[in-house]
Amino acid sequence: MTTPLLDIRDLRLVVSLGRSAHHPLLKGVSFQIMPGEAYGLVGESGSGKSVASLAVMGLLKRPLAVSGGEILFKGQNLLALPKREMRRLRGNRIAMIFQEPMTALNPLSTVGRQIAEMFVLHQGKSWGEAEKLAVEALGNVRVPNPDRRAKNYPHQMSGGLRQRVMIAMALACSPDLLIADEPTTALDVTVQAEVLRLIKELCAARGTAVLFISHDLGVIASICQRVGVMYSGCLVEENETRALFEGPRHEYTRGLLGALPRLGSRSEHGRQRLVDIDSIISDRSKLTESRFIAPRDLEGSQP
Amino acid sequence: MTAPLLQVDDLHVRFPISGGGLLGTGRRALHAVNGISFELAKGECLSIVGESGCGKSTTALSILGLQEPSEGMIRFRGQPLAGPGAPGRMDRAKAVQMVFQDPYASLNPRQSVRTSLAAPLRLHGITAASEIEGRIEAMLKNVGLTPEQAGRYPHEFSGGQRQRIGIARALILEPEIVVLDEPVSALDVSIRAQIINLLLDLQEKLSLSYLMISHDLSVVEHMSDRVLVMYFGEIVEEGGWREIFEAPTHPYTRRLIAAIPDPDAALNSAAKPDLYPTMPQLVGRSFVSDGSTPPDVFTAPARSELIEIGGNHRVRMAVA
Repeated sequence: MTTPLLDIRDLRLVVSLGRSAHHPLLKGVSFQIMPGEAYGLVGESGSGKSVASLAVMGLLKRPLAVSGGEILFKGQNLLALPKREMRRLRGNRIAMIFQEPMTALNPLSTVGRQIAEMFVLHQGKSWGEAEKLAVEALGNVRVPNPDRRAKNYPHQMSGGLRQRVMIAMALACSPDLLIADEPTTALDVTVQAEVLRLIKELCAARGTAVLFISHDLGVIASICQRVGVMYSGCLVEENETRALFEGPRHEYTRGLLGALPRLGSRSEHGRQRLVDIDSIISDRSKLTESRFIAPRDLEGSQP
Repeated sequence: MTAPLLQVDDLHVRFPISGGGLLGTGRRALHAVNGISFELAKGECLSIVGESGCGKSTTALSILGLQEPSEGMIRFRGQPLAGPGAPGRMDRAKAVQMVFQDPYASLNPRQSVRTSLAAPLRLHGITAASEIEGRIEAMLKNVGLTPEQAGRYPHEFSGGQRQRIGIARALILEPEIVVLDEPVSALDVSIRAQIINLLLDLQEKLSLSYLMISHDLSVVEHMSDRVLVMYFGEIVEEGGWREIFEAPTHPYTRRLIAAIPDPDAALNSAAKPDLYPTMPQLVGRSFVSDGSTPPDVFTAPARSELIEIGGNHRVRMAVA
């Protein structure tokens, strides 16, 4: 039996509201990601999908705090790791790309230098060597004229190019896990399609596992092998992507899929009103009491 | 034949840009909208799709009178809506209204819903308190809110409810045309479905005409009667929703549709290697652009025209 790369066990997160009051954000979330696997967390605003990823990166700031559970990365509990150790891991073994590359990049430094910094910090390369590697990294994410583009500042690039720079930076040290939090939400559709393909191909080629966070079910379906559906701080359903889309079991997942206008459905079925999630779910507060987690056969023959 | 509700004829919008020339003093113009013509019929939903910078929002702003066209004519029921002989803002407001993408940014945080909805009525000469109250009450019910919520402020509502308020404000003057600028793209999936359903219900109930600006093609397919595909200031393809989604012809339209992250397409891509294998025969014609390399917006584009390739279906081809 292979050990999971990332094993989140009963993770609980709270936001503290003053001295003694807490509001739960994650109410015991457990899921695992295998080496090389692309796992999607899907949910609406406030479902807790982004804070879960920040917890893995060790980037939670007050008033957010972990109140229970474990985050095991290669068997090591990240929550118990000293800050120094966590810093060594972050960017090196676990990397992250964000929704808005303009705010994640340093506007005062060329993109080449920002990528090169990864090699200097994590691999002890000299700056000269690192900058050559940075140009190579830009080429890998298919930025045209990488040697010229390396000298650009972020504002000289389009949104799609900036997101490619983010990916080049994130994958610079060939991490084991890439966390992508809505990386294509701010992009135009055709650019989004290119960036998604890039993430998929590069991660598959390097064996990098992906934790992909999105509200967009179509994006999740196109990139992930397994999906977890989050609602109000709970994982309400988890299954392999195809099984989840073809046979959603939890009523919230069913509502979510029915609420989505599907391409081609008007041709087939005519125009129907979309499912109103509130009309099929009588009591939202009861939603998180039930959950459907498909049993996963870790030793199964399926690769 | 009756005149169409809205008629846009050869609309051009150019923005002057400094820079260029020997000392950076030359004046150039960015051609944001480059000769757009279309009509909107009563009760119809026409969508303009395209990516950032294609000119779709500029087109909408021109219709709303918020952007002066450089050339061309916009007519409402045969009367000019912009340019010489156009009515003032007040009359235009009764004809065309807009629903914005971000309802929080487009509602005044210091005004209660009642104040926001009453202002346009007062401006248009409706001053009797009972009538104002009655119309606000009816409108709130129309958009799925309760009259009791009229006293609340925007921050007291959820995103979906705020968009309902935005719709109520657009409809309070009973316009015939509503411009919807990305009306659901800021909303969560479940809320988005509710607002789409609401917009379709209101369209039927009040026989509204929608001009929808969107980049979300699955929403466009669901809601539209006709679709215009814009690429760098020009219409590259137009047709009924069936023509556009079942037989897209221009390379850019195909690229756009192929790029939609649709769960069914993503899971069945192996089963359907080519979504649209049949290409209509277009003898002796070629496309100016393949839709993947952007043209230079500062130079005059290669000569092209919209060619009819089927009932209601036109596509831009090079002039031989």
